Amino acid sequence: MAENPIQPIHQFQITNYFTFGTIGGDGTDGSGIEIAFTNSALFMLLVVGLISSFLVFSTRGRGLVPGRLQLVSEMVYEFVADMVRSSAGSEGMRFFPFVFSLFTFILIANLFGMFPYFFTVTSHIVITATLALMVFLTVVIYGFMRNGLGFLKLFVPTGIPWYVMWLVVPIEFISFLSRPVSHSLRLFGNMLAGHIVLKVFGGMVVGLASIGFLGVLGSVLPLAMAVALTGLEFLVAGLQAFVFAVLTCVYINDAIHPGH
Amino acid sequence: MEADAAKLIGAGIACIGMGGAGVGVGVIFGSYLSGALRNPAAAASQFGNLIFGFAVTEALGIFSLVIAFLLLYAI
Repeated sequence: MAENPIQPIHQFQITNYFTFGTIGGDGTDGSGIEIAFTNSALFMLLVVGLISSFLVFSTRGRGLVPGRLQLVSEMVYEFVADMVRSSAGSEGMRFFPFVFSLFTFILIANLFGMFPYFFTVTSHIVITATLALMVFLTVVIYGFMRNGLGFLKLFVPTGIPWYVMWLVVPIEFISFLSRPVSHSLRLFGNMLAGHIVLKVFGGMVVGLASIGFLGVLGSVLPLAMAVALTGLEFLVAGLQAFVFAVLTCVYINDAIHPGH
Repeated sequence: MEADAAKLIGAGIACIGMGGAGVGVGVIFGSYLSGALRNPAAAASQFGNLIFGFAVTEALGIFSLVIAFLLLYAI
């Protein structure tokens, strides 16, 4: 593997641009937690800056008849608002800013990663796990705040006979606990796998073309596949942002209406 | 057998699990299409359920991918 010049995993390397310092550790190299400004942080700042400046700039005119840019902002707003309203009810609209921020951040971060040499923020599990834990803790804390102990009705489905309760309740509880795991792994796995597949097909083009004339002819096939996969990856980038936001709405709906 | 070889074989075996997720995703979209063609008026309202079922099923395939990566890089 080491002699292969094309490393599909290399694109996920985190590099420090400058280091602020180290927390803990005993002074030796590699001990303690390093606090640094990395390429991941840079691209997160770029994503947030792009979203904020676009939304502020496009709605600056506040036209009654929207221009093109303002129309885009209003479409995104309406899209997320419809999603929250339909799956979490009108009471869920108090979480609209949260869902909107999650959706736009993940969407733009996924699309940013599609540019060559750009870093894909969402292909690191530390980012997606943070986002998913944020949603999970929001659901748990708000659920207990709003319903008190009635939130535990979430684990007791109505309309089932009492003698299967001992089986159903633990299953419901475990499936509730596995939510942040699947929520974060889905986004992470999709982005990671998609980018690795793109690089593998790109590597096949180079590898085939380097063995001679016949190889150049043969490399047309993986090249076509790489182009098709790039289109598929754009679809996946949008779909995964949508799925993450929809699942957030569904989980928030559980916090608001815990009875099944 | 060398441990490295066993890791690679294990990662390959773990990927078989994705076949199950493939069957599940196919069943979900196939059922949605057949339902939508019978009653197109109700199709749009069920799109959210479609995506939810797809996401839950797909997560299981992603789990097997994660097991493969754990075997390759984390052990």
